[in-house]
Amino acid sequence: MQDADIREGVDRETVETVQNMGSYKYGWETEIEMEYAPKGISEEIVRLISKKNDEPEWMLDWRLQAYARWVGMTEPDWALLDLPKIDYQDLYYYARPKSMVEKPKSLDEVDPKLLATYEKLGIPLKEQMILAGVEGAENINLEERQVAVDAVFDSVSVGTTFKAKLAEAGVIFCSISEAIKEHPELVQKYLGSVVPQTDNYFATLNSAVFSDGSFVYVPPGTRCPMELSTYFRINAENTGQFERTLIICDRGAYVSYLEGCTAPKRDTAQLHAAVVEIVVLEDAEVKYSTVQNWFPGDEEGKGGIYNFVTKRADCREARAKVMWTQVETGSAITWKYPSCILRGDESSGEFYSIAIANNFQQADTGTKMVHLGKNTRSRIVSKGISAGQAQNTYRGLVSMHPRAKNSRNYTQCDSLLIGDKCGAHTVPYIEVKNNSSRVEHEATTSKVDDDQLFYCRARGVGEEEAVALVVNGFCRDVLQALPMEFAMEAQSLVAISLEGSVG
Amino acid sequence: MLEIKNLHVKLQDEDKVILKGMNLTVETGKVHAIMGPNGSGKSTMSYVLSGRDGYEVTEGSATLGGKELLDMEPEERAAAGLFLAFQYPVEIPGVGNMTFLRTALNAQRKARGEEELSAGEFLKLVREKAKTLKIDADMLKRPVNVGFSGGEKKRNEILQMAMLEPKMCILDETDSGLDVDAMRLVADGVNALRAPDRSFLVITHYQRLLDHIKPDVVHIMADGRILQTGGPELALEVENNGYAEILAAHGLTEAK
Repeated sequence: MQDADIREGVDRETVETVQNMGSYKYGWETEIEMEYAPKGISEEIVRLISKKNDEPEWMLDWRLQAYARWVGMTEPDWALLDLPKIDYQDLYYYARPKSMVEKPKSLDEVDPKLLATYEKLGIPLKEQMILAGVEGAENINLEERQVAVDAVFDSVSVGTTFKAKLAEAGVIFCSISEAIKEHPELVQKYLGSVVPQTDNYFATLNSAVFSDGSFVYVPPGTRCPMELSTYFRINAENTGQFERTLIICDRGAYVSYLEGCTAPKRDTAQLHAAVVEIVVLEDAEVKYSTVQNWFPGDEEGKGGIYNFVTKRADCREARAKVMWTQVETGSAITWKYPSCILRGDESSGEFYSIAIANNFQQADTGTKMVHLGKNTRSRIVSKGISAGQAQNTYRGLVSMHPRAKNSRNYTQCDSLLIGDKCGAHTVPYIEVKNNSSRVEHEATTSKVDDDQLFYCRARGVGEEEAVALVVNGFCRDVLQALPMEFAMEAQSLVAISLEGSVG
Repeated sequence: MLEIKNLHVKLQDEDKVILKGMNLTVETGKVHAIMGPNGSGKSTMSYVLSGRDGYEVTEGSATLGGKELLDMEPEERAAAGLFLAFQYPVEIPGVGNMTFLRTALNAQRKARGEEELSAGEFLKLVREKAKTLKIDADMLKRPVNVGFSGGEKKRNEILQMAMLEPKMCILDETDSGLDVDAMRLVADGVNALRAPDRSFLVITHYQRLLDHIKPDVVHIMADGRILQTGGPELALEVENNGYAEILAAHGLTEAK
């Protein structure tokens, strides 16, 4: 019954959020003095970013190589997206709060305005939980709820919590700029080994100009003692955010990683091109959960974040496991395909996704499951919800290579339409190159049913809340795959993003 | 309690008139039954009262406890104490029955300015009510009406009624599709909810439901209005002789 009670609590959260529903909740801006690199991209800018981060020579060379490659590339156009022309010379590639010019030695030295920003986002950056644990002895369970946070503000990481406690377990959790300096052997070995510099237009751009991001290393046989989390915030105007995350889960280790994203409301679009690389070794397991709530643009489709993200996990050795869970509610444009390379025999990959597109949002998202090893398994559960005039596409690849004998994939793709001006599209690519593997694909498209809404309303549930209830029901399989804290946030977000989609 | 006066209703998208000057008064604490041939407008009446889209009221009024229902949103009508037990209860995949009940109950309480029930209070209440209605815990955990048998769906409607404690309950052919045992279970549930401050309007084709839920007043409805009103004996008369005689007395034929 414990479980049911908790679920009840989650639903209560949704209901309350719906009742207090405002528009985009994270649309405010922090007034803080910023230091910018000059607008535009060039070799000089790449050198400048590297210098600002005080990087070693090998890192600069790596960036320059990527930049040289990027100059000759063109944007991909295969996605079902109406892409506006992006002027790459009209963007800032580096912005950091002035107070961060001298990197603070501890969180106490961080600009209080920055901390206030994260507090407003509901993030316990100041290790408030530890303090509460000392004072409030009645909260014995607090220990289990601890989440270590790395917070990235525009181009730089502003602080990472619980470092000492993680270090005790041998876990390294820090900003990537720090890792480049402190753990060059790990970064050099793994950076670009999952998503090569040359992978695609946006990944190459990221390789040249990424400014910060998170780095995680979990040593062999270690279960990371708490969930790790990064909160990304784009604050500055006309600024691109290019963060890079590298997670290495060594043999027999386990880590659960959460990622949250927000940005202020602006009527000009902003670019976000991130790369996430995950290396999973023998018998290790990584869970990566994202709640993406970048500003989606206003009701008329002005502004919003263009989100071009390359996320990939490499199950490099036997029995490695990775699970991607994403709740994509924000961004004007989403181009994102978290993927699994199932290289090790008996390795497995799972992908659970909720993608919501309302008003003029466009989402082209899905996954790639590349089966290379024997007896590999993958599972895809995708729930796409379209409302307003939005277009939502699931695009997925399941590939069984000749060596991937006896491998299995199961894919389930469900689309839900709200109103009659939106669109849902499913584009599955399936390649099977051996005769012992099996691939299953199921897809459904449905509309939020007037009968369902009327039934809820006849029981006293208001219209918006009724939609949230029905949609949360539709997403249930995926919501259940999220860690509890995120599940609550995600349920509320589902309700908020669909605000105004009926009636 | 419920007062329908000269109600005229047409379909919104078609020129089809369904209710043609319906009058009906249900007193507080009474059980009224409405019988009538197919197409007489019984279900339309229940939908119009609860506020479903697709109908246009061209004339008349319907009040609940003196308040005009027709001006309210469906959820406001529910909060005001109206409950419709659906002829075809709707499935809502992925939404737990308990979640649904709690959301509905707290939405109504909030609308009435009452305190919402905590998870603990709610659980206690729902378990108690389910036990009285012989609904097992498993049915509470399953998604709303998904995979329920016909009998389970109807019992689930009665559970909702028991939880929401409405003043005015409309049962739209609750007996349709039920075997004798399931019908008795449902009728027992309804009888347990009979109270001096609660009224019922039971829409049915068959006398046999009225053997279990004994009405105070029986109405015969056809051609969008009430043709005849009487005591429980009227239902027996229809059961034995059919509607032909009553229809003929009002210049209608059965084929209509």
